[in-house]
Amino acid sequence: MVTTTPSSTAAELRPDFAAIASWIKADSKILDLGCGDGALLKYLQQERHIFGYGVDIDDGNVLSCLKNGINVIQSDLETGLSGFADDAFDYVILSQTLQAMRRTERIIREMLRVGREGIVSFPNFGYWKNRLQVIRGHMPVSEALPYHWYDTPNIHLCTLGDFEDFCQQCDAKILERRVMQQDRQIRFLPNLMGKLAFYRFERQNKSPRPESRD
Amino acid sequence: MQDSNSVGIVTPQFVHIDKPLELKSGSTLSDYHLVYETYGRLNADRSNALLVCHALSGNHHVAGIYADKPKSTGWWDNMVGPGKPIDTDKFFVIGVNNLGGCHGSTGPASIDPSTNHPYGARFPLVTVEDWVETQAQLAEHLGIAQFAAVVGGSLGGMQALQWTLHYPEKVRHAVVIAAAAKLTAQNIAFNDVARQAILTDQDFYGGDYYAYNTVPRRGLRLARMLGHITYLSDHSMATKFGRDLRDGKFSFGYDVEFEIESYLRYQGDKFSDLFDANSYLLMTKALDYFDPANAYDGDLTAAFKVAKAGFLVLSFTTDWRFSPERSRDIVKALLKNNINVSYAEITSAHGHDSFLMNDAYYHQLVRAYMNNIKV
Repeated sequence: MVTTTPSSTAAELRPDFAAIASWIKADSKILDLGCGDGALLKYLQQERHIFGYGVDIDDGNVLSCLKNGINVIQSDLETGLSGFADDAFDYVILSQTLQAMRRTERIIREMLRVGREGIVSFPNFGYWKNRLQVIRGHMPVSEALPYHWYDTPNIHLCTLGDFEDFCQQCDAKILERRVMQQDRQIRFLPNLMGKLAFYRFERQNKSPRPESRD
Repeated sequence: MQDSNSVGIVTPQFVHIDKPLELKSGSTLSDYHLVYETYGRLNADRSNALLVCHALSGNHHVAGIYADKPKSTGWWDNMVGPGKPIDTDKFFVIGVNNLGGCHGSTGPASIDPSTNHPYGARFPLVTVEDWVETQAQLAEHLGIAQFAAVVGGSLGGMQALQWTLHYPEKVRHAVVIAAAAKLTAQNIAFNDVARQAILTDQDFYGGDYYAYNTVPRRGLRLARMLGHITYLSDHSMATKFGRDLRDGKFSFGYDVEFEIESYLRYQGDKFSDLFDANSYLLMTKALDYFDPANAYDGDLTAAFKVAKAGFLVLSFTTDWRFSPERSRDIVKALLKNNINVSYAEITSAHGHDSFLMNDAYYHQLVRAYMNNIKV
């Protein structure tokens, strides 16, 4: 059992990692979708003794994972998770990737198929600074949304309210929500004050699901 | 040609194994010899040994050159050497010619001591499982209790897979490149056409052509031409040859006109001078037979239950003979067993032959994986 709190340096560096780690039970099995260079998995290995795999489509990211000694499967999330069995993971994480995906509902449903719980984080479009920029007549550009409208990979931005409605549509039952502004947790007016949103959810209806395709 | 980070001049070595080998087919080879090469040095803990398994037409000469043959560069010299992705400064690398081959290990063209004539048709069919057993005998001879890694492409990848199943305690990592856990019907079909080309050559003499001082050259040439087409991609052929004509115009006959014809005929001729037809037949059958899931009602996940190694599985996007889908089947079975596995699908234009090519991403992946292997 790992009961230590996340090490302070890493937690300071990546408060979003620390937020996710706080939800992960020790020794669990994890799938990290859009895993980048594998830094989150590495962090969770250190802090929570997890076993897991990352999934990424980008050659550079896959190579970085190998360099970091992280299991990685090169695959396009847009085509689903057919390479993974039902209920194979304790947690399936989609960290700051949802907003860049075309097939949003499908990936949430796939997360619920292969994992007992899903964890999603995304930049909150309802954050006041974003709203302010829109009121001033411009698409928001910020630390959490560093792209311009013409070069952004983010095609499905949403607010906290939007995502919560969407979860209902995807038969996902929200178990926990955390809203962050840098390393601070936001409890007051989260949809206005929060920059990053984290959700932990499970299947709405735990009764038998339709057979998976594979 | 010898590049600056080549292993340099190498010399093949022989080992005679007199422990009888019970083959999967039911027959027994009382003894046999294997030819092999090694590169780098076995460390004091004997923990840095790495076995390279060869594909259909490969052999033990993986890297380096022979002193008397300046053009004899090993078939995977771009991958294996000091400072190369499979770094011989770190690993003690072993290449071995498979039993039944035609480059020095006992095979159909070898003299059967009981008759003093070449085995020919009497040489038994050997399988991937049999090869792994012979490689284990070689490891024992070299004092290697466990491989840091077993690495192979295509048929060599099948051997790497089989190692993790047959000797799970004796291999820490398997690198399985452009391989499959079993051939598809289409793939077997290609092999059978190749075999038919050889078997129906009138110089084949039922496999005993040695006695007639001839070889089924036409058959072997056709087999290789067919194989070669399937190892390339449509795109790479189009890019390399297109519809280019050797003389710039049609000659309205059946001689070589298109560059692709010239290339394939050249490849076929070259191969039929160097390779033994019986070995070719045998190797293609080994490919066809391999199916570790068969003993588990087709359940590959069940087959991999015993595996303990970490895996790197690699495929190439334009490889249609051993498609990425086949590699994904392997990965899926590994994932279901909670085995450490990484998988990359390398964008390459060169089809199945990509695994022999010098692709930056491919080599970086192998290098990164190798760097993390503790020896």
